[in-house]
Amino acid sequence: MSEIYDVIVVGGGNAAMCAALQARGAGRSVIVLERAGEDMRGGNTRHTRNIRCSHAEADQFFSGPYSEEEYLKDLIGVTGGPENMDLAKMAIRESSSLPAWMSKHGVHWQQPLAGTLHLGRTNRWFLGGGKALLNTYFLAAKRMGIAVRYNALVEDFVIENDKFEAVRLKNENGGELVRGRSVVVAAGGYEANIEWLKRNWGDAAENFIVRGTPFNDGVMLAALMKNGAKSIGDPKGFHAIAVDARAPKFDGGIVTRLDVVPFGIVVNRDARRFYDEGEDIWPKRYAIWGTLIAGQPGQIAYGVVDAKAIHRFLPPMFKPFQADTLEALAPQLGLDDRTFVETVTQYNQATAGNTELRMDRLDDNCTKGIAPPKSHWAMPVDRPPFYALPLRPGITFTYMGVEVDDCARVVDTHGKPFPNIFAAGEIMSGNILTKGYLGGFGLTIGSVFGRLAGREAANSARS
Amino acid sequence: MPGLDIFEEANRQLIICNACRYCEGYCPVFRAIETRRDFEQGDVFYLSNLCHDCRACYYACMFTPPHEFAINIPQILAQARVETYGRWSWPDFLGRAFKNRSVTVTLATSVAGLVAILALLFIPSENLFTQHLGPGAFYEVVPYIAMVVGAMILFFYGIAVWLNGGSRFWRETSTAVSGSGGAKALFTAMGAVLGLRYLKGGGPGCFYPDERPSSVRRFYHSLTFWGLLSDFVSTTLAFIYQDFFHILPPYSLASGPVVFGTIGGVAIIIGTGGLIYFKVRSDRAPAEGAAVGMDYVFLVTLGLAALTGMLTLILRATSAMGTILVLHLASIAALFLSAPYGKFVHAVYRTLAILRYEVEQAQPHEHVGH
Repeated sequence: MSEIYDVIVVGGGNAAMCAALQARGAGRSVIVLERAGEDMRGGNTRHTRNIRCSHAEADQFFSGPYSEEEYLKDLIGVTGGPENMDLAKMAIRESSSLPAWMSKHGVHWQQPLAGTLHLGRTNRWFLGGGKALLNTYFLAAKRMGIAVRYNALVEDFVIENDKFEAVRLKNENGGELVRGRSVVVAAGGYEANIEWLKRNWGDAAENFIVRGTPFNDGVMLAALMKNGAKSIGDPKGFHAIAVDARAPKFDGGIVTRLDVVPFGIVVNRDARRFYDEGEDIWPKRYAIWGTLIAGQPGQIAYGVVDAKAIHRFLPPMFKPFQADTLEALAPQLGLDDRTFVETVTQYNQATAGNTELRMDRLDDNCTKGIAPPKSHWAMPVDRPPFYALPLRPGITFTYMGVEVDDCARVVDTHGKPFPNIFAAGEIMSGNILTKGYLGGFGLTIGSVFGRLAGREAANSARS
Repeated sequence: MPGLDIFEEANRQLIICNACRYCEGYCPVFRAIETRRDFEQGDVFYLSNLCHDCRACYYACMFTPPHEFAINIPQILAQARVETYGRWSWPDFLGRAFKNRSVTVTLATSVAGLVAILALLFIPSENLFTQHLGPGAFYEVVPYIAMVVGAMILFFYGIAVWLNGGSRFWRETSTAVSGSGGAKALFTAMGAVLGLRYLKGGGPGCFYPDERPSSVRRFYHSLTFWGLLSDFVSTTLAFIYQDFFHILPPYSLASGPVVFGTIGGVAIIIGTGGLIYFKVRSDRAPAEGAAVGMDYVFLVTLGLAALTGMLTLILRATSAMGTILVLHLASIAALFLSAPYGKFVHAVYRTLAILRYEVEQAQPHEHVGH
């Protein structure tokens, strides 16, 4: 008879490790079952870099206070209001305790990265980013005696009379049971499962790029739903930004994003503009372009700038296409050159009188007399050489997940919680986030609910 | 051109780093990257010498192999660094030592051997193997003039090669800004050099010998560095004693030269020993073979010089003094001659790279943000 663990944690990202550390800290025996190998452990946490926390006053790393009220207002501002207000408020309230807890487990901090000062008051940067955070947590897990198994693909649960008994691991011998008194499912969303995305998006999903781990294919989400868990959130919904079309299909992370949009124009496969490139300031604007491009023919678009603008934004990983004339640039992109030149010319005429670009604010340099308009930063694209960057939707995460109660217990379709099945992180973030995104909030949800799930799982294993 | 691939590869990796910037908190390399957009050979010369091989970025990077971006900054910069060491060396055939550590080993052992053979040929055996006491005892074994002339030639030769290399570093590395940082930049740079600030990995320490941050490398490196300086003070004091006050060695245990010499010798033995101990255990994934070999040669040569020096002190009143003195002088000769052709040169280039960094940081520059 194999060992029965007090707490089984499925997943190896931030939420999973917070749950594991919390449960082990309460004296329970804990095993972490990480789908990826050691090299690629940690899910989408690998690509994170900061965490949003409420706090009463400035300190060495926060440039000013950030109250719970303001935090909630920001959340409502970008998402239109959380699905479950109580859970949202709990996440925000508990976020203030995270920095000290993280420091206790060995996390180091740093000043905000250059160019992210606008987040320095609300978000806290852990030194080196998400993989460094994971390394710290896995080292803490080792010190504390938490068992970790890599390449451990959990396929299903053994549930008897609504009570969790074991997880079934996939292996060559047709499966292996790992028994536990409770389970925390922190296995991420399903954004890397293209077939699943195609159910809602059709063949367009073939052209999506997945910014994070290829291991978030939703096996655990599907298994929970199959076992009667209630889903929450829009099955079609995902958070997506504009990334370089030449990015790898999976796991390109932060380096494939492109900041080109507000600095020039964006055209689609037909060489036509299709949306206001200067609508709003960066953090808000950033998040909509993935979905906008997903709605364009072929799910592709091209950001076009001139010599004035190319050095104004973060250098891209892939070299821009470049030509001395617009006519020569179009064929490099596979665009009809006459339409392309016409689009740029019309746009340039509409920018007449705009002379100075001011990126530090909404500068009201708008176009006149064209549709769609460009509301700010509308400078002509007229100084050669001209540059273009191909854009595709880059999915960060999916919104749909399982419903949980205020003990992080997974709720069934009748509204009754499973007594010893808990969920944390992206797989349950749909309880709070329904659309939009607030930078650093994903890790807040993961950390708060990871710790909560770990604590509650430890309690349920004792009783 | 085999060298070209390293620089193209470094450029590829650094462009990805510049689009990411997660490692900005670790060290100046990443902050220097952010003031550039493309990485020409001169930029890579500079950045590779600014890198302290603390490896924090390697363990923090989500794009290290097996990821297809295959980022390994400590390794590619170590490869580039070895290239620069050879490039700025003189003469060319000795500069090859940097690529092939057997050249350094051969050089060092042949110089040491030459000294030992000369000693055996020219020192009468009754002098070499008998006890010598009182002022001038050492010079009864090896004449003062032979010691001084030999040491001075090797010392100034080494300094000349270093200066030549340093000036080529300054000319051939690209700078992102013009202007000087003034005294403040120099002061800050010297603080960073003397305190080994950039072996702190941005706070928690070097990720050395493995993924756990620790201060062992900074500790043993500090012992080695300050030990070396202490021995330099000892030698200078001895020179003053002898040539200004006309007091001939051996000096008493409480004298300046012996006290500084002993502190320095013990510090170097512990320091190099510790560095070798952890290097043996260090993770090879972020390392570059040629650089590691070079490190070992340097550490062993330096450690042996200190060890034989301490033995000379311990055995100076016995009949073994002559033999051990010859061995010590031979190891010092090997250290001096290999100094411009081995890891020792990092003291020159890294110091200059840190100075360049401080000068750059002192200038106003636009940050293109996220």
